[in-house]
Amino acid sequence: MSDNMNDMDQMQLFNDQGRLLNAGLPDEEKALFCDAAPQVDAPYRGIWEKFLNWARSESLWILGFGTGCGAIELRPLMTSRYDMYQYGVQPRPTPRQAGLFIIGGYASVKTMKRIVRSYEQMQGPKFVLGLGSCTVNGGMYWDSYNTINRLDHYIPVDVYIAGCMPRPEALLAGINELKKLIKDGKGENANKYAENFEWYKGNQKKIIKDWNMPDYNW
Amino acid sequence: MLTSILTKALYTLISFFVILNYSLLLLGTMARVRAKVQGRIGQPVWQPYIDIIKNNARRSGVTHGIMFYLGPVFRLAGGLGTYFFIPVIFGSKIFANFSFSGDVLLVMYFIFFGQLGMALGAGESGHPYSPIGVARGLAQMTAFELPFSLAVIAVAAQYGSFSITEIVAAQQGGWQNWVAFTNPFAMAAGMLAFLGMSMNNPFSIVIAPQEIPIGPPTEMHSSFLGMLQTNRAIFNGAKMVLFMNLFFGGAAHPNIFIALGIMIMKTFLIYLYVVFVGVSFPRFRTEQSIRFFLGVPTLLGLIAVIQQMI
Amino acid sequence: MTEFNELSRQFQVSDLVEQRADLHFITASKEHAVAVVSALKERYGYTHLVFFTVVDHLEKNEFHLTYMLHNYEKHHDMGVVVKIARENVQMESIHHLWPAAATYQQEMREMYGVEFPGSPGLYENFALEGWEDIPPMRRDFDTKEYSDKTYYPRPGRESHDPREYMKENLYPSEAETW
Repeated sequence: MSDNMNDMDQMQLFNDQGRLLNAGLPDEEKALFCDAAPQVDAPYRGIWEKFLNWARSESLWILGFGTGCGAIELRPLMTSRYDMYQYGVQPRPTPRQAGLFIIGGYASVKTMKRIVRSYEQMQGPKFVLGLGSCTVNGGMYWDSYNTINRLDHYIPVDVYIAGCMPRPEALLAGINELKKLIKDGKGENANKYAENFEWYKGNQKKIIKDWNMPDYNW
Repeated sequence: MLTSILTKALYTLISFFVILNYSLLLLGTMARVRAKVQGRIGQPVWQPYIDIIKNNARRSGVTHGIMFYLGPVFRLAGGLGTYFFIPVIFGSKIFANFSFSGDVLLVMYFIFFGQLGMALGAGESGHPYSPIGVARGLAQMTAFELPFSLAVIAVAAQYGSFSITEIVAAQQGGWQNWVAFTNPFAMAAGMLAFLGMSMNNPFSIVIAPQEIPIGPPTEMHSSFLGMLQTNRAIFNGAKMVLFMNLFFGGAAHPNIFIALGIMIMKTFLIYLYVVFVGVSFPRFRTEQSIRFFLGVPTLLGLIAVIQQMI
Repeated sequence: MTEFNELSRQFQVSDLVEQRADLHFITASKEHAVAVVSALKERYGYTHLVFFTVVDHLEKNEFHLTYMLHNYEKHHDMGVVVKIARENVQMESIHHLWPAAATYQQEMREMYGVEFPGSPGLYENFALEGWEDIPPMRRDFDTKEYSDKTYYPRPGRESHDPREYMKENLYPSEAETW
């Protein structure tokens, strides 16, 4: 992580008070968006947090946003053959209510912009599942001019599922793996994003050249 | 004085606790019934509890202004208001709630009230789909309110009373005394309006997730959503108890547990009817559902009223 | 081909190639290309623009623009090829003949840097947003190098020739018979 920290220096993301600049927005819109960096929300301690983590893992709401070709593998999950509802997984049409973001395969720079916005609009604790080889190392688009290679440089990823494309069974296995992580209290990636916010923002701004959105949208 | 207030408070809490848990379990059960129709296993019965716990345990939340806070509060007030003025079990002190001589009118007002509060909250969220959902919901509500009001007027005219307790009392003494049999047109109009009120499938355009991401609550999240889900359970329970009281003789038995059992059986069947219709028919568009409610159900309601007036 | 003979009397067209019985290519000069295309559309019934594309011939230092037209009455395709030099590529727009051509031109401007003055929405984003390098579909653009320097390649990635890899690892006993 540290070898990329120098990307940050040229970004000039924060001014002295640690407020976001929202420099990409037109002046009349600046007041509409938040200018504070995300905060680390400390978890509770002990058995109460364990109980809440159990509830979180048993009620995963997927953000229904097809970000790549892998989104086609999400649909069979709802059907009677795979039936994700029995694992407490549901699709949810809005990022505000969803807690699990499934990146369906390759993410081009244009999609990445929307992924970042959607991810930031989700409320913590939030989880990301990288589906397919393209999210791991670029997959078959590894040398493309417009497709990112490593998703975890732009948003924190909890579970990767390799394959091109993984079948719905693999996706279910990944979701069960994620459930285990959450129950063990390891699903704290929303806080990781807040802690390393400058690094993530620097990486995002390095590829998204026309940054015409707020620096952090709640 | 103080003792009577404390007793009433205790009774209200018991009544609230019973309806909340019963409605949540009923929602979970009906989700499973729907899953069986589709050949799935379906979510666990206790899934609504987990969802509410999870939503309330979200660590962050965003507000869009004061009305955004008040929207879910109004909605919950609407649900609680509807429930607390309906006597759940006839003749029981614990489940009498705050019923009084004009409670039908108050309950009809509260059914509207929550929606209007939600409209204000959703409007302030600034999401374009929220007002679309609200507009659809209010249009549909205006349409089903007509047959529903006609049915209630017919029942009130039949027994000469606006008190739910008196309406239930008049239906005692066997199934042949139920409004469903003494005034079948009113029952038919009311039950058709109930389909629209419960926003189940043929009339679910208000919260169509594929079209207008979940409609009015698009921006509602974290504990706002938790509150809305709690309200959804209470409101559903309240509406089913209301319809049971108005048309199906209410629940009455000297033994409170048997009376509760009767209540559970009747409301379960009423909700099962809604789900039955829901899984059998595809979704109506807004203008189709308005046309539907202003057609046959309204006519049935008119017939019921005219029958009582002659 | 009667169309070709008639066109060649008026315009600078050459090189009639018969690919199939229902597919011919002709080459037009840059100045006359749009006139040829509109004559084909108005006079000879080639009313459908199937596609409009460009091919980068780096070795010849040329771009080949191809207008593919279709005649519904004769079920015949006609490709009009225009060869233009790679430096400061500019071409007349044909959005007045087919409004949909503006989208093709927008994409060609973005991916190849071919300019079509007057074409609507030419400088709006098509697939790329905020691209700063040379247009990515030009063949002198090295995508591998660009990707390596921009997108943090994950270390440890290696490529194999599928045939050799399968020989060595999956079917070593049968490898001699291949």
